[in-house]
Amino acid sequence: MRLKSLILGAACALAFSAPAMAQQLTAITGGRVLTGTSVIENGTVVIRDGRVVSVGTGAAPSGATVIDARGKVVSPGLVAVDSGLGGSEISSVGGSDDLRNGANTISASFDVSYGLDPWSITLPVARLGGITRAVVVPNHPGGGGGGHAHDDSDFAGVGHGGFQSPSLFAGQAAVIHLAAGTDILVKPRVAMVAPFGEAGAGVAGGARGAQFVQFKETLAEVRLYARNKAAYDRAGLRDLSLSRADLEALIPVANGQMPLIVTVRRAADILQVLRLAREEGVKIILDGAEEGWLVADQIAAADVPVLLNPISNLPGSLETRAARMQNAAALDAAGVTIAIKGNEGSIHRARETRYNAGNAVSHGLPYEAAIEAITVNPARIFGMAGQFGELRPGAAADVVVWSGDPLEPLTIAERIWVNGQEQAPTSRQFLLRDRYAQGGEGAMPPAYGR
Amino acid sequence: MRLHRLRGASLAALACAALTACATTGSNGPDGDAAASSDNGDRAALARGLDAAANPDPFPSTYRGLPRQNMAIVGGTVFTGAGQRIDNGVVIVTDGRVAAVGDASTPVPAGHQVVDARGRFVTPGIIDVHSHLGVYPSPGVQGMSDGNEATSPNTAQVWAEHSLWPQDPGFNAARAGGVTTLQILPGSANLFGGRGVTVRNVPSVTMQGMKMPGAPYGLKMACGENPSRVYGGRNQSPATGMGNMAGYRAAFIAAREYKAKWDKWREDGEGSPPTRNLQNETLAGVLDGSILVQNHCYRADEMAQMIDLSKEFGFRITAFHHAIEAYKLAPTLAREGICADMWTGWWGFKMEALDAVEANAALVDAPPNSCAVIHSDDAELTQRLNQEAAAALAAGRRMGMDIPEERAISWITLNPARSLGIADQTGSLEAGKRADVVIWSANPFSVYARADQVFVDGGLAFDRMNPAYQPLSDFELGQPGFGVAAANVPQGAR
Repeated sequence: MRLKSLILGAACALAFSAPAMAQQLTAITGGRVLTGTSVIENGTVVIRDGRVVSVGTGAAPSGATVIDARGKVVSPGLVAVDSGLGGSEISSVGGSDDLRNGANTISASFDVSYGLDPWSITLPVARLGGITRAVVVPNHPGGGGGGHAHDDSDFAGVGHGGFQSPSLFAGQAAVIHLAAGTDILVKPRVAMVAPFGEAGAGVAGGARGAQFVQFKETLAEVRLYARNKAAYDRAGLRDLSLSRADLEALIPVANGQMPLIVTVRRAADILQVLRLAREEGVKIILDGAEEGWLVADQIAAADVPVLLNPISNLPGSLETRAARMQNAAALDAAGVTIAIKGNEGSIHRARETRYNAGNAVSHGLPYEAAIEAITVNPARIFGMAGQFGELRPGAAADVVVWSGDPLEPLTIAERIWVNGQEQAPTSRQFLLRDRYAQGGEGAMPPAYGR
Repeated sequence: MRLHRLRGASLAALACAALTACATTGSNGPDGDAAASSDNGDRAALARGLDAAANPDPFPSTYRGLPRQNMAIVGGTVFTGAGQRIDNGVVIVTDGRVAAVGDASTPVPAGHQVVDARGRFVTPGIIDVHSHLGVYPSPGVQGMSDGNEATSPNTAQVWAEHSLWPQDPGFNAARAGGVTTLQILPGSANLFGGRGVTVRNVPSVTMQGMKMPGAPYGLKMACGENPSRVYGGRNQSPATGMGNMAGYRAAFIAAREYKAKWDKWREDGEGSPPTRNLQNETLAGVLDGSILVQNHCYRADEMAQMIDLSKEFGFRITAFHHAIEAYKLAPTLAREGICADMWTGWWGFKMEALDAVEANAALVDAPPNSCAVIHSDDAELTQRLNQEAAAALAAGRRMGMDIPEERAISWITLNPARSLGIADQTGSLEAGKRADVVIWSANPFSVYARADQVFVDGGLAFDRMNPAYQPLSDFELGQPGFGVAAANVPQGAR
């Protein structure tokens, strides 16, 4: 029964979408436009063929369909980072989770892009929270922005939970968009994920010192392999600890092309990771960094961006004893590029990303910086600046018209375009809501309602 | 396991020591067997500790309240929690109680300090009906994980207050979010998880120093996936939903018999007295109505089963917690007088959380005599229950429901007080109630609102502007980051 209604919900959501809009010239006028980097009062956003054509204060071009946004706020679609959207349907149902992989021969080479489901019921829910893009990462310890396991679903006492991969590397991330349709993949293999701190130490045998040595040794093997592929193929190279697929996947990391998302919390570990990256020539992105504010200047000096959850303010573990609500503000003030995450892996609760940004503002982060942290900065951090997360000519036409300030819970996303296609403002949750809106006690059982 | 047992033993020893100490100063006689008498004055009293009725409050509250001052909070927008919004309102606090609430014409009694709340909002203290602070504290490390006695499906004999670590930094963080009262519950591994305890959110060295005087105990019960997964995984009952129901029924049959034996013995005093049994004692408390059932239950069909179960044995369910599907049964819950304690944004983490809707609270709130509650179950969410309520309100408004903010505030104030059986004490700004008050920097339904001042029983427990009123737990002293300003904000509230 439940499966049936689930499939039905997805089908309805698809039926509502209107791909024909993609070709149309559309002008969204009169709103307060947050471009991602600036604010335009009474602005006009023109989109066509899936892209932003212009952003300014002029009149709508002739022939355009005009969307009246007076009294509204217009923003780029929000970008969820450190997310599991499209990769996991129901967290406790293992078979529906394609973000965790337990094989240690496919670790760095694990590629989440193959497991993404465009029909996932999580996507419309996130979209109604203004999310139009996501950086989907393999499951890793510390994923989900901290917090405690709720409802005892995880009462083994893990605290700051997350899947413990058997390897130093959890796999490779992908960028997706959230338009209804069959192809949500924007770009696969945009970054590699590696847990450090307690979780990383656990992989190496328990101690941080062991993990760093193992990490360096692994990169040395990758470089050896890269220089001697022919010898490797004819079995003329000494034994290497990783599979060939993993060695291949790590070559762009070792040569500094593919960023490494490093999950790390403790200030001391952050300093060690910054040094490791410098010594090895690896390009890194810090993920978590709850104690980052203590070493904000060092992070800024290394020009390393940070993915963080600004509401992680409790010492969930001994790695986060300095966690504070002011982390985002302090890192921003030091000049660090930050992206703000949603909650619990940004799958089901990706829609809370905007509230997290609001809470960072109420704890000192400038408003413009908070908007950047959920729009432009993710694109910048993953090397896709100008392609999305911003209302500027040439960028993907991901646009949200909000009833008010997007960071406020009382504000709703009224109209949403992804790649220029307007998305139906509905979800499986809305179908359930409407089915029981009158109390569910009519003569006919609720099942007869749509 | 061994460690846990050792720990339990030493806790018990401590508790005994405390009892002995009490006995020397308390009203009970100094002699070990001089329990307070019941009706049968001429019958020999039972040996100390063997008759629950002789000492119904063995771990008594020592809560004193913080130093307080009589005051008049003037000029703010007041949400009373009982449905009223008063612009430019006045809240008079005298001797830790609300003395009067009204508009600008409300007279300020002599000797009351005037607190200027112009441009700000005033609400009752927030009440979180579902918290594991202290029993699953921060840091969440092995050795501190004390919330689930997952050793048997029925552990009605355990009391969360015996696991509660008052130094959990989460209490301070919750207070900075306006939370003045919490129910600390055992986890949901078991059909009967044990007793919860309601606490005043003030810093204390002991659990007893936080325990709310006179608040009824709650019994944590759990439906659904958790108990059947935990015990089914051990190849023991319950392994299924039907095993869950059989487990509740067997336990209440035993409790009925236990209660009947004690009732009879108390009535006629004949024969040997029944042997005291802590598990049945708690369940008997449910049957006589003195202990409130706080029932973790996600699905509507399971709620309906639990309601029938309660009628089979003659008890009341006070609240369904994590009531994801309450909206499917909203009229029934209102008719039965059962509160639904809910999240707004959590869903999809397991099958029984699949059908969550953001408008749950709004839909549950709609019928007359309803009791919609927003709860946390989480050390982070408890700091922002006002925002969780705002998201629920937005979801209701989105579907066309006309819900004023002065009504929605009751989801985190008066209704949770009803859900804990303490609505006569707190939950609204009405004359005679405890002066649990929050002054917000802005409308609490805004993400930018911060709790400026938090009063518990009229005592200033937190002040965002004054470090002298930003308590730190012992655990936080001297830790990394201690005493260091972050973004120019000195350490106070995290």
